[in-house]
Amino acid sequence: MKTLMTGNEAIARGVYEYGVSVAAAYPGTPSTEILENIAKYPEVYSQWSPNEKVAMEVGIGAAIAGARAIVAMKMVGVNVAADPLFTVAYTGTRAGLVLVSADDPGMHSSQNEQDNRLYAAFAKIPLLEPSNSQEAKDMVGLAMDISEAFDTPVMIRITTRIAHSQSLVELKDPLERQVKTFERNPRKYVMLPANGRARRLVVEERMHKLADYSETVAVNYLEMQDPTIGIITSGIAYQYVKEALPTASILKLGLTNPLPSGLIKEFAAKVDKLYVVEELEPYMEKEVRLLGINVIGKELFPPYGELSVRMVSEKISGQPGITVAPAFDSPIRPPVMCPGCPHRGMFFTLKQLKLIVSGDIGCYTLGAMAPLEAMDTTICMGASISAGLGMIKAHPEMAENMVAVIGDSTFLHSGITGLMDVVYNGANLTTIILDNSITAMTGHQENPSTGKTLMGQPAPQVDFVALCKALGVKRITEVDPFDLAKVKETIKTEVAVPEPSVIIARRPCALIIKNTEKPLQVQDCNGCKMCLKLGCPAISFDQENKTAQVDQAQCTGCGVCINVCKFNALRKAGDDNA
Amino acid sequence: MSVNLMPCERPVMIMPKIINVLLVGVGGQGTILASKVLTHVAIAEGYEVKMSEIHGMAQRGGSVVTQVRMGEGVYSPVIEPGEADFIVAFEQLEAYRWAHFLKKDGVMIVNTQKIVPLTVLIGAATYPENILGDLKERVGRCIGLDGLKLAFEAGNAKATNVVLMGVLSKYMDFPEDSWRNALVERIPAKLLELNQKAFAFGVAEAK
Repeated sequence: MKTLMTGNEAIARGVYEYGVSVAAAYPGTPSTEILENIAKYPEVYSQWSPNEKVAMEVGIGAAIAGARAIVAMKMVGVNVAADPLFTVAYTGTRAGLVLVSADDPGMHSSQNEQDNRLYAAFAKIPLLEPSNSQEAKDMVGLAMDISEAFDTPVMIRITTRIAHSQSLVELKDPLERQVKTFERNPRKYVMLPANGRARRLVVEERMHKLADYSETVAVNYLEMQDPTIGIITSGIAYQYVKEALPTASILKLGLTNPLPSGLIKEFAAKVDKLYVVEELEPYMEKEVRLLGINVIGKELFPPYGELSVRMVSEKISGQPGITVAPAFDSPIRPPVMCPGCPHRGMFFTLKQLKLIVSGDIGCYTLGAMAPLEAMDTTICMGASISAGLGMIKAHPEMAENMVAVIGDSTFLHSGITGLMDVVYNGANLTTIILDNSITAMTGHQENPSTGKTLMGQPAPQVDFVALCKALGVKRITEVDPFDLAKVKETIKTEVAVPEPSVIIARRPCALIIKNTEKPLQVQDCNGCKMCLKLGCPAISFDQENKTAQVDQAQCTGCGVCINVCKFNALRKAGDDNA
Repeated sequence: MSVNLMPCERPVMIMPKIINVLLVGVGGQGTILASKVLTHVAIAEGYEVKMSEIHGMAQRGGSVVTQVRMGEGVYSPVIEPGEADFIVAFEQLEAYRWAHFLKKDGVMIVNTQKIVPLTVLIGAATYPENILGDLKERVGRCIGLDGLKLAFEAGNAKATNVVLMGVLSKYMDFPEDSWRNALVERIPAKLLELNQKAFAFGVAEAK
């Protein structure tokens, strides 16, 4: 039976079919739905971890203990998980261990565009690159087999177009799930320098064996057709090549670390002109050049962004494709904070107070966009607090003029250590934790503060006040982000106080609550446009009547705009004369 | 392992080409459910199908696109400018934004609903005035309709997506039965009746 599946669904299906027992991840686009779909198979234990390093270590522990394990993350998550990854490459594991890295060429939903194939080469672990959903599923099984046969973690690298594209997948019955017994072996698993040096040699030996394996493995194969053009390719680029150049000869590579040098030489000898077509870095191209083979790659294709059928066709044929009518001039429609979003009033207030805002990653990063424009830096998960500390060490007087802003899930991911550092090294930084009780941006995943696990079990909730206290923060204030007067007063007080402080703004995400408020009404508006500065999609300006108007279908009645209207023109229904 | 071509279990009908359908709209408008109905029909009719969508940040009220490609030897999941046989726009400005993706002889179906983007709400940009006129000047077959109103009449504004599928069904060569089946398979039972009505309204609009 064949079913249409995204690459992420197919990987989850592979986890079910190929005997995986433990799965862990931290959500991140485009990887999130892998674990969400694994959670639909109760046979597999699955969990959200607080961050990718923890997820990786949970996977390592499970695999050392004898269970097949998989961990998934977006490409920047692998930076967080790199520390355990590089060392588990030395130890190996008792049962299969697979890391899925979901890269994002074109940066649809990411802060950088790193090519994580380089991580596989750097960590000296095998790398598989599926080119459609069927391969994504099959490669979970192959990766587990390679992991166990060669005693190494394996990386499966997908990209957004694999993760979020659907193609047909043949479903199979699952293998029997077997968990081996744990066996003590400290020389293999305790990476003291003496043991590490011994394992270092094992890694080299293993890579040699894998290089031989790469020559014969079924996922690396030749498609010989017209020998005038030969293309080495992998992943989604293979699909573009097949469609752009239906008669070209192709060396399709599924196992791309280590690369099959014999197969590459054989192919190069058979074709007149050799190309490498790959997205982002010239990863395979450099390896081919090291073999002394002349090849065309990044001189034709950019090392950034996504490739396309047309680009492959035009660059290799040298002929321009069809001419396309120009696009109409259309105003952009960027993502926005939703109507009723608890973050909106906070960023409105930060802008009013003209504070410098050290920002972080989540829905609230949209606070950087017009008209709120209240964010000065966003680097990576958790950087708001620690970068804020650095700013104050550069300019101590900035402490009276700035805040760090971070969401609940991001704080738990990697903000806690930053706050610890703020207390330890004495910076008078005010940290605002925007607690909307969910990991919102990636589509509402549970986290250690929400009271529920990925598999739907009740869980203890992190107490942010107690946690901050334990880190040594003495001033902790909780506010309702809809009460703008209180929010403003609290921020002013805390920023002025010469010690570390935390403000917890608590309101659940507007998309996870059942709203009972009625939409607001406009009465006696004098058209000052103050409410428009909130950037609420439910408020617009009626050019004819010169008044604000509220979209009754979109307004959630949150009332944040009532706080900013000086003329009492925005009212709750039935509230004629407040 | 099976790697490249994915043979279909049913005999593939004779198709002149690959058919590319672009569904464009605003986050939350239901483009994804519409694409599920459409791909269900295509698979039932023996087509190879690839579909691509972008998740994540754009879904927060941003411009969204779902791409459906069907036909023998369809490899890439992505539709490029000038290559769409059909564009179904759930909102006027999105029709405008994606119009250059349409083939010269392609069909454009436009829901005349307007959702004003924040850039316009705050006065940083203006909503184009004569979108339908501009589109009709450029596109040979451009069908504008008030899908939202028809969905209301069918019982729920959220069924706009299915109204639009009803219109699309009249311009594609799939049997009506196949569309009816897809609705049954893809739409929750308690919402089926109103969506069947919405679909029929769309079909009637296209005639």
